Amino acid sequence: MAIAPPADRMWWRTPVARPEIIWIVVSFLWGLVMFFTMIYWHAYGKQNLSNETYRTTPMKYSAKVDEMVGKFQVRDDNGIPVVRPPAGGDVYMLARTWMWYPHIELVKGQSYKFHFSSLDLQHGFSLQPVNVNLQVHPGYEHVLTFTPDESGEYSVVCNEFCGLGHHLMLGKIYVVEK
Amino acid sequence: MSNQEHTNERVPVMQRVLDNPFLLLFLGVTMPTVLYIIWGIIEIAQIPVAP
Amino acid sequence: MVATPESLPLPAAHEEPRFRTCASTGLKIHLAAQTLIKANAVTAVVFLAIGGLFGLLVALTRWPAVHLLPADWFYLVLTAHGLDVLLLWIIFFEIAILYFASAVLLGSRIAAPRVAWAAYALMLIGGLITNVAVLQGGSTVMFTSYTPMMAAPNFYLGLIIFAVGALVALGVFFGTLVVARDERTYEGSVPLVTFGAITAAIIAVFTLASGAIILIPTYLWSLGLISMPDPLTYKLIWWGMGHSSQQINVSAHVSIWYLIAAVVLGAKPLSEKVSRMAFFLYILFLQLASAHHLMVEPGLSSEWKVFNTSYAMYLAVLGSMIHGMTVPGAIEAAQRANGYDKGLFGWLRHAPWGNPAFAGMFLSLIMFGFIGGISGVVLGTEQINLIMHNTIYVPGHFHGTVVAGTTLAFMAGTWLLLPLIFQREIIWPRIARWQPYIFAIGAGGISLFMMGAGTLGVARRHWDITFADASMSFSYPPAAFLMMGLNGICALFAATGGIMYILTVVATVLWGKRIADGQAVQLASPKARVVTEYGSIEHPKIPGTIILTVIFFVAFVLYYYVNWKYLAEVWPMR
Ligand code: HEM
Ligand SMILES: [Cu+2]
Ligand SMILES: [Cu+2]
Repeated sequence: MAIAPPADRMWWRTPVARPEIIWIVVSFLWGLVMFFTMIYWHAYGKQNLSNETYRTTPMKYSAKVDEMVGKFQVRDDNGIPVVRPPAGGDVYMLARTWMWYPHIELVKGQSYKFHFSSLDLQHGFSLQPVNVNLQVHPGYEHVLTFTPDESGEYSVVCNEFCGLGHHLMLGKIYVVEK
Repeated sequence: MSNQEHTNERVPVMQRVLDNPFLLLFLGVTMPTVLYIIWGIIEIAQIPVAP
Repeated sequence: MVATPESLPLPAAHEEPRFRTCASTGLKIHLAAQTLIKANAVTAVVFLAIGGLFGLLVALTRWPAVHLLPADWFYLVLTAHGLDVLLLWIIFFEIAILYFASAVLLGSRIAAPRVAWAAYALMLIGGLITNVAVLQGGSTVMFTSYTPMMAAPNFYLGLIIFAVGALVALGVFFGTLVVARDERTYEGSVPLVTFGAITAAIIAVFTLASGAIILIPTYLWSLGLISMPDPLTYKLIWWGMGHSSQQINVSAHVSIWYLIAAVVLGAKPLSEKVSRMAFFLYILFLQLASAHHLMVEPGLSSEWKVFNTSYAMYLAVLGSMIHGMTVPGAIEAAQRANGYDKGLFGWLRHAPWGNPAFAGMFLSLIMFGFIGGISGVVLGTEQINLIMHNTIYVPGHFHGTVVAGTTLAFMAGTWLLLPLIFQREIIWPRIARWQPYIFAIGAGGISLFMMGAGTLGVARRHWDITFADASMSFSYPPAAFLMMGLNGICALFAATGGIMYILTVVATVLWGKRIADGQAVQLASPKARVVTEYGSIEHPKIPGTIILTVIFFVAFVLYYYVNWKYLAEVWPMR
């Protein structure tokens, strides 16, 4: 019984039954398959994180954001600038309580180097309805390349609790055909 | 009883390991401390400053 | 703190420990240990009642048609919900389990009762301080309290005191192991259930130490004494506590599964070696999965992420998959030996489904495996996490582990503790009988519907998924609203099952018929008594379990690759 010491003092030597051995082998192999699937995806899959990251400061980062806005603003959404950076260029996304700044316009099928950082607290970049989710930290600049493959209006929800206005934080990314 | 039969045998090594809670405690604390925490902190410490 | 003379594993010469012998199980029970078990278990149940109520309020707020609480209260109550159930209910109950698995199962005295009481007091005081801090309103930071968000100093102080108290209690547990060994209260190796408890305790040491290590500087920061702990480092170490505490739960509830199968059916493990090695894999690898929470974080390499999130090539998952077969396998073998040997599933049909301890245990086993376990591995896959991180899929997953799995298993264990430790007859057996089913429907439902809504992108910890007050407009698809509504309905079931549990337990403890010291209670179906005497089941045949295992495996593989397919459809990124 499981609530008494093993009846056989040398329980280590008790042979193990077939079904258990088979299940252990199957489970072990399945674990390897899952492990190598992740590695395979790094080599052949299309959705991976670069994990390219830099230490930054809110000041330094907002300067880059402002520079981008100054150069590439095309219009505004109720006062929030919409920028259209050149294809292949850098896109600086800033999170702060409680907005995503600025809004972005991209061209379908082109690649963009996105940068993420926060001015204050942690925020959660949740791109909807694509459903891609990234954590955004203050003090760190996270860099990755996105290639939007369908046009439309996308929303950026914040899905890391960031205070009482957390549910007000909503940004936009527009993907256009040309 | 099986207990009697075995009294002179040596307890197998792996069984002795599993019977030693303090050795297990050592392993169970060291593994995550090294592989998760220390390795993680080393990586965070190596993040370069933004250009 | 641990080094008072009381805690040293010396025979207490000054006062003879007093024991009673349990007429139902033959176990020799140290009365001081018994009282400690009672105190910790009752406190746990009180915190479950409070935290469960908060959970219901949260779920009713997230039910779009009800939207009960205003935003500030929602976030406050959600913070309190996480703390009260995840830390206080679970860890108090675990301390009760540890004392039971050491002192009671080994027939030993508990090492240092006074120190154990001090530990209890610290945990209680700490828990109360943090609760008060949250309810005062200045600490709505969620129980994760990520920096730079700052709570009131007492929020951290309470948690630190709680963690220190729990560490002291772990010291008593390890001390009791030493006492039992030195005083030779048992022969050979400790029972499997005790071994599982040792696993839980070891993981708990790492858990609570991580918690104390990160919360102390955070506390000093909130007092204005030092600068802010780096958010990324904070998160790394905090999850050493936050996730590992879930691994304590897994080890503890697996032990409870074995315990209930043994007490109710006389089941013995198919193989001591295999089951113990499965726990050993937990000890070595389970805690690495703290990395699950850092999959889409900047600054950690994919090597670190892949290695840690997979528990070093899924070796801890291997442990769980082993238990997933050996627990039902042991039950099947015992039931067949009990005479229920017809067909593939005769043993299961004739299982004691009317016994809430068994029913709760088996439902916990199934739901932990199919809902919590599978979703956990998928969610913890480095790249798949991209389409799930911080969506409500995450709470969906962990209500499958910690509610449908751990909480249900602990509830099931309570139905045994009441007669054996509290020596009270369950006051309303019919309510107890239905409780596991109602709670399981609710807990399983909230898990599945939150997972469903999360797949559609719904954010966790979010007051308004219509974004009515935001400057831009967006709304999740209608199916997501439907899921959140169904989640609310299931929450009502879970709450009903929870209330049935709490009322019955409290009433039993207060007014249940006393069971006299020499009086045995019937825990098992009469036939099972024969098997407890049964030396060994030499070659158990477990065809039913094999079929269940195959079904599980197929579900696992399919669900795993379906999610890779979902991932492959999102924007390419590198
Ligand atoms: C009546 C039973 C319960 C119901 C209806 C319930 C419901 C919920 C809901 C709807 C959420 C919020 C998800 C969100 O908005 O992010 C939540 C969060 C949570 N629940 Fe429960 N729950 C129950 C019991 C439990 C139990 C027993 C535990 C642990 C043992 C638990 C642990 C948690 C935790 C840790 C969170 C996350 C809090 C956070 O995000 O900070 N729940 N629960
Ligand atoms: Cu935010
Ligand atoms: Cu937010």
